[in-house]
Amino acid sequence: MIAVDVDACTGCALCLGSCPFGAISMVREKASVDREICTLCGACVEICPDGAISIKKADIISSEGKDVLIFAEQRGGELARVSLELLGVGRGLATDCGSTLHAFIIGENLQVVSEKLIHCGAQVVHPVDLPGLSDYRTSTYTQIACSIITRLRPGIVLFGATARGRDLAPRVAQRLNTGLTADCTELSIDPVEKILLQTRPTFGGNIMATIITPSRRPQMATVREGVMELPEPDVTLTGLVKPFAMETPLEGIHEFCEVIHEKRRAVTLGKAKIIVAGGRGVGSPQGFELLGQLADLLGGEVAGSRVAVEKQWIERERQVGQTGSAVAPDLYIACGISGSVQHRAGIKGARVVAAINTDPDAPIFHRANFGIVGDVREIIPLLIAALKS
Amino acid sequence: MKIIVCVKQVPDTNDVKTDVETGRIIREGVVSMVNPDDRHAMEEALRLRQKHGGSVIALSMGPMQAKNALMQMLAMGADEGYLLCDPLFAGSDTWATAYALGTCIQHLGLPDVILCGRQATDGDTAQVGPQLAEYLGIPQVTQVRAVVEHGAGFRVEAFMEEGYRVVKVAPPLLLTVSSECNQPRYPNMIQIVQAHRKKKVTVLSAADIGALAEFSGLNGSPTRVKRVFVPAPPPKGELFDGPPHEAVEAFIMKLKEYHLVPS
Ligand SMILES: Cc1cc2nc3c(=O)[nH]c(=O)nc-3n(C[C@H](O)[C@H](O)[C@H](O)COP(=O)(O)OP(=O)(O)OC[C@H]3O[C@@H](n4cnc5c(N)ncnc54)[C@H](O)[C@@H]3O)c2cc1C
Repeated sequence: MIAVDVDACTGCALCLGSCPFGAISMVREKASVDREICTLCGACVEICPDGAISIKKADIISSEGKDVLIFAEQRGGELARVSLELLGVGRGLATDCGSTLHAFIIGENLQVVSEKLIHCGAQVVHPVDLPGLSDYRTSTYTQIACSIITRLRPGIVLFGATARGRDLAPRVAQRLNTGLTADCTELSIDPVEKILLQTRPTFGGNIMATIITPSRRPQMATVREGVMELPEPDVTLTGLVKPFAMETPLEGIHEFCEVIHEKRRAVTLGKAKIIVAGGRGVGSPQGFELLGQLADLLGGEVAGSRVAVEKQWIERERQVGQTGSAVAPDLYIACGISGSVQHRAGIKGARVVAAINTDPDAPIFHRANFGIVGDVREIIPLLIAALKS
Repeated sequence: MKIIVCVKQVPDTNDVKTDVETGRIIREGVVSMVNPDDRHAMEEALRLRQKHGGSVIALSMGPMQAKNALMQMLAMGADEGYLLCDPLFAGSDTWATAYALGTCIQHLGLPDVILCGRQATDGDTAQVGPQLAEYLGIPQVTQVRAVVEHGAGFRVEAFMEEGYRVVKVAPPLLLTVSSECNQPRYPNMIQIVQAHRKKKVTVLSAADIGALAEFSGLNGSPTRVKRVFVPAPPPKGELFDGPPHEAVEAFIMKLKEYHLVPS
């Protein structure tokens, strides 16, 4: 917010010339700012000799609200899986806060998906159902999200760490002047302070950090798909559908935007039943060819650690972990992968993990059901031969 | 066309080893590097400058040592480097980082295009780009894989789970660039020497850009680190450490036991 203290303003008009955007005019010999044009750059604040102009950043929402709100994401009318997973965690958090779980969804024709959100745990669903809203636009979605948050005053807001979520959530957090923690692998309520504990793997090694947003509200976090458990839909659950009416005209709704569908080779990773993954220990692109042969024999897919991706032994789409895919196969064979927290964050859902590593103390063996202490370059060919016979 | 590229210096992850006992990262001898996605952002900036003329500024917030990252950007082709360096900025989370960078950009003058890398390898939040765009009140497109000139603006392709989206945007704007966008150039010896001789990195303090203490660093950050811990590892699985042939045999027996291969 920019404000002119009319008592202090002497009408010197210095600010007029200082404004790069021509947003200031003199009205009855006092400076007047056109807020539509003003970018809050502060040039006028600096030049004003009388300190009559001040800029206050958007008012901080310091609500006492305890409710939990999740952003339910639709893509072409289909709910993103991560949104349902968020309802799962969100419900637990709301229970621990003694509050209600809300979801908001933006798009067109949202009746059916709103029902589905209720069956997955939402107690109140706020659809914003208007023509032109099915396509994601940063400015429009940010405006709507901020309006809903400002009106509902939730204590916690969760987003999926998807392309849309990662574009939207930071924008919203900045506008509301609150904190945002990315890619949380665990969310819980501090039993004493009743604040949100946002835990995520932190840089390097096997360290986790718990992040809090002590004084700003809402507390905001993103979670990647596949990290939290998917709740079983229960059609007997009931809830309220409260269409949300925007009171201001939609921003950016006419901006050109088009979604082009494109098949990617590795989108199947999340659904693969068997995954053979390699890390630094695999040593070469040739090593990865052998992993490919093993995967083919088992009817599975090949994947890699981030190091393997950085070394370009395998495509980025096949990276497993915190910043890659979260996978949930029946069998995950980790070859020459140390098993950092970031990597393990992606294999939480694996039923059986097997590992091959030269280092008997590699952390991956703590996640593995069984494994071989040995050199992948030696073991993989033997495995291939044994499986072939 | 005036372009600012935001650059972060990060530890070389390929080089990071962890201490098995403590789970902590072993910092000794770890080299720093320019965050990989930021090189793609710089490449895109240089491409835009080639087409439209103008200038490219590389901007970084970080310790004095981050001058190295900026020198690399100057060698790649940036015209000027600015390092925002002040103890006041220590402990900034993404909100406070966006505040500091945003205030600095206002001080330098809002350019036509701001480019950031898609995300930094040390925090992986991908938040600073959009937060900076919001602070400056300009549009953003994140995870950009192609930028094409279109009228007075650009036609930009950005990653989406179902494929990609195409948006049309006009300056001023901010893009976060992913590695699919281009192949960053490597400066040769001459360019490196020339950069050191002829170009300079200007160091700016919080006071220089008029950043306020209440919004800066740890003080201004909405988030706090409450606890850092090493999770207790579950017990190890069953290990076969005998001769390779026997180990492989035992391994396959296990696969059969779990019904993962036909027995
Ligand atoms: C914010 C952030 C996000 C990250 N996200 C991800 C992510 O999504 N996915 C990911 O994987 N990583 C991620 N990382 C990186 C992660 O911290 C590790 O650096 C990385 O997973 C290590 O890969 P690696 O196991 O292949 O390599 P290393 O840790 O170097 O391990 C190599 C292993 O191979 C073994 N080995 C060596 N030679 C042989 C051999 N001949 N035969 C058998 N074994 C051998 C070694 O004993 C060692 O255990 C992230 C890091 C950060 C900071």
